[in-house]
This record gives sequence, structure tokens and C-alpha cells, in this order.
Amino acid sequence: MNSYKHSVVLDVDKCTGCTTCVRHCPTEAIRIIGGHAEINTDRCIDCGECIRVCPHKAKKAMCSKFEHYLHYKWKIALPAPALFGQFDGLDDVDSVLQGLRDIGFDDVYEVAKAAEIVSGYTRVFLKSEGIKKPVISSACPVISRLISLRFPYLKDNILPLLPPMEIAALEAKKRAKQQHPEFSDEDIGVFFISPCAAKVSYIRNGYGDYKSNVDVVVSLSDIYFLLLGAMKKNVTPQVTSEAGMIGIGWASSGGESSAILNDSYLFADGIENCIQVLDSIENGNIPQIEFVELNACIGGCVGGVMTIENPFIAKTRLQTVRRYMPVSKNFLSSDINFVPDSFITDSLPNYVPISRLSDSLAESMRMMAKIQDLRKTLPGIDCGACGAPTCRAFAEDIVRGLSNDRKCVVLEHEKNEECEADKNDG
Amino acid sequence: MSESLKFHFDVDGDNFVSAGQASVQVKKNLRRLGLPPEIIRQVSIALYEGEINMVIHAHGGEADVIVYEDKIEIILADKGPGIPDIELAMQEGYSTATENVRSLGFGAGMGLPNMKRYTDEMKIESEVGVGTTITMCVYLK
Repeated sequence: MNSYKHSVVLDVDKCTGCTTCVRHCPTEAIRIIGGHAEINTDRCIDCGECIRVCPHKAKKAMCSKFEHYLHYKWKIALPAPALFGQFDGLDDVDSVLQGLRDIGFDDVYEVAKAAEIVSGYTRVFLKSEGIKKPVISSACPVISRLISLRFPYLKDNILPLLPPMEIAALEAKKRAKQQHPEFSDEDIGVFFISPCAAKVSYIRNGYGDYKSNVDVVVSLSDIYFLLLGAMKKNVTPQVTSEAGMIGIGWASSGGESSAILNDSYLFADGIENCIQVLDSIENGNIPQIEFVELNACIGGCVGGVMTIENPFIAKTRLQTVRRYMPVSKNFLSSDINFVPDSFITDSLPNYVPISRLSDSLAESMRMMAKIQDLRKTLPGIDCGACGAPTCRAFAEDIVRGLSNDRKCVVLEHEKNEECEADKNDG
Repeated sequence: MSESLKFHFDVDGDNFVSAGQASVQVKKNLRRLGLPPEIIRQVSIALYEGEINMVIHAHGGEADVIVYEDKIEIILADKGPGIPDIELAMQEGYSTATENVRSLGFGAGMGLPNMKRYTDEMKIESEVGVGTTITMCVYLK
């Protein structure tokens, strides 16, 4: 079960053990052990919240450097649409695409183009008979993993389509082979320019049995700085953009939903909001809707931890970029009525009962009873000094044998005072 | 084997915003016990509907979820107005919720029917002017 590879790395020298990340982690996956933060990989959903809140910048998303992968003979950039929201005064996507070619990529396949294809097939899929509604977007890997860990009942609601990044990778490779039959599979390198840590994990681990077609993930912020240098050369870019308003719109929360072209949808962003929405769907406590778009990052992909700009500013910039664009440049025919097999994934993540105390119900009940008793003795102020996010989590850690009650500074302090009092009496 | 584990909640009748919290908490606890997802869903929906009912009609009350090795019992007790005609109250779509509550999206008359649908046993004891106690049971096997 520990085989899941995450992409959040800790700089131990910078970590002061301050507990900020511990208290912000939505799955209570972090503890302070031996003076610094440790992540429980079974629980981590790669949401990036700890990277975002760390006051010491001790947490980073692990990414590859473009310059280390120049051995590929044919390098294809897959820019996430969020990239276009990072530049001040950008009014033409083509100048970014030109910049990508100028810094060394041989071809660019916009993820926004693939997003328009996904939107088209989503509209087709929503019309099919016998599917579980509401259909939940498969684009945000944090949400897919969260569902597999905490909302197993909803796993059949996940849209069985590959996310735009994967379709972009498939199509980009196909195009490269058509244009350059002389290149072998090993010669072609697909580089996803990622706004978030979760996509890095997705690519490294795959999705259920599905293996990603992306070869290298580079950070959007790294590429941004390379592009800044390249884009200043006042040249008129080649016109190569292959996406419209719908594709670019996927960068921010609500973009994917609006592309289903009816008003029967819900979109939410921010991991806590997403958890609340999933809870409500599970309880049957939401209005009848067709589609649900959930983004772990506030604002959607523009809020990813590897972006530069504030998500709301980036979103506003994208509005400028989208102006005068056609609604879509893909999936223009309205008589497509089936989804090609190559775009479908039935490889859903398996339910992993991470929070389960024990394999046996009787044992779980005994442990839970101990946790309840122990909690009554703890101060209940959730100070975090023991290294756990709450007194409840601390009690659970003790019962699981992962911690001990001497780590509670409040209890220790009370004990010391009692000792002092005894001494004085004596 | 008579071991059991009890989760107790005071359902605050004055705070509409907090209605549904016991259900969220129970869901978390049942996950920790490693119960099957379908069972967790049944219990959390039944409890959720019960909580909402107590807040809407009875100024709150008390909710207990008791986990046994072979079943989960949900007991909802309030000191509200009582249900004069239980058979009528059990009909889908029948509701005595106020306009105010309906405007929030509640009061569709599905609360009690859903509680029955998602549990294996349900018993309503009610006396007008005294209160209502609903006992529900979900079997684990």
C-alpha cells in the first residue's frame, strides 16, 4: 500500500517543525516527528495545501528540469491553459506558443485543445443511458484520489474519460509519428507544463491500471521564467493556436462546467469545499444536476502551487486572452454520438479504507472506545505541540501505537505542577 | 458478545446552520471502524434526515448511534410536539414544514420515508405534546 509515489518533498533544513502544515492538511496526513514534518503517504492526496501554507518554504513539489531532458529528439510541450494567465498584458496565446518553440520545444500541443475534445465527449457521454448522475469530472487528480480514499460510493460517478492532459499526450504522440515517421517512441518526449503537484503524482503513479503517456513533468513556474526571456524579443509569432474560449476556460473553476452547455451543473473549488460537496452528494442532499466539477485548488488550476500569479488575477487575465476567440476550435460537429475507446478509461482507483483502525470490526470498536476514553483525559485545545493536528488525532495515534501521551505538553505540565505541590506539602 | 460503541450527539434546535453535523461526524467514525461504504451511506442518510427533522419540528433533541458487531442502531429522541398521525407522516410528500423552511429546500416530505428506506428496521414512538423517539436499525450481515 505504500507504493504510491507522492510529489511533495521536504527540505529538512528549512522545516522548523512549526505545525502549520499539520493543522492545514485536509486528510490529517502530516505529523511532526523528530522535529520536522512527516507525511503519511497512504493518506496524502497531493492537494498541495502544505506547500501553500508552509511559512518557511520547506515544502516543494517535485518536478523535472527541462534542461535535463534534452536528449529527446522530438520534444513536445503540453502547456496547461493556466500558463496563459500568468503573463501581464498578454492578448495573444500565439506569442506564448512561439516562446515555447523558441526555448527549445519542437512542437506544442495545447492541453486546452484536448480540453475542448473532452468537453465535446462529456456532452455526448451525459446523453447516454443508464449512467450514474451527477457525473463528476475526472480532471482534477486530487479529487479522484480523494474519492477513492473517502467516497467509494461515488466512484462510479466519475467521468470515465481520460483527463485533457492525457488526451493531449496521446494526440501529440500520434501527430509526431505522422509528421516524423523516422522517430521511434524513445525519441519522442512529451513534457507536461504543470500548475500543480498532483498532476506530477498522477503521471508517476498512473490512474488505477492506466499508465500516463506524459514522459516528463516540468513546473509551470520554471517554464514561465524561461519564457519571460524568450518572449521579450519583439517578433510576431506564428499563428498556431488550436483552442478557443472553452479550452482556455478550463484553467479556472467553472470553465469545464460551462462547456457542458446547459445549466445543470455545480462547480466548487478549494479542497474543503470539495469535501463538503462530496459529502452532500453522498447523502443525496443536492439538487438534481447532471455534472459536478471539483477543483482542489482555490480558483481552479490557476490556483495550483506551481503557478506564479494569484488565481483571481490570472483568471481575469484569461478573460482578456479569451476575448475575440471562437467558442471552440475542436469538436465542431454536432452529430458525434459515441466516445472513442482510446479516450475511455474504466480503470478507476480502488477503494482504500485508509482511516480504518483495524481489519476486524471488533478490534476497531475496542480501539475506538479507547480513543474516546483517552480524549476525555486530553486538554482538547488542539495546540499541535504533540505533532498531531488535533487531540482526537493524537489519541488515535496513541491507540495505534504511533505516539505516547508524554508528548502532550499540557498533561506533562499538569503532572509537574502536581509534583511541585507534593514536594511543597512534604 | 455484547460489546458496543456509542456515539452521542446533542442536536441544537436553535442553530439551523449546524444541522447535519452529527451525520458528518458519524460518517467519519464509521469509516474508522472500517465498515462497508454502503452501510455508512445508509446510516449517514438516515441520521441526516432525522437530524433535520428534529431541528425543523422539535427544537432539536438527542441522537445516539450505537455500533454492535452485527448491527448499527440509531436512536433519535426529542421533546417536540409529537406526531399526531404517524401513518400520514410516513407518506412520501406529506410535510408540515413551514414556508420558511421550505424556501431553504427542506420540507419535501421525504424525511421519514427516506429513514425507512435506508434502514432495515424503524420504530416510531410519539406522543403529542411530549415528544418523539425514533429507533432505526441497520444490519451488518
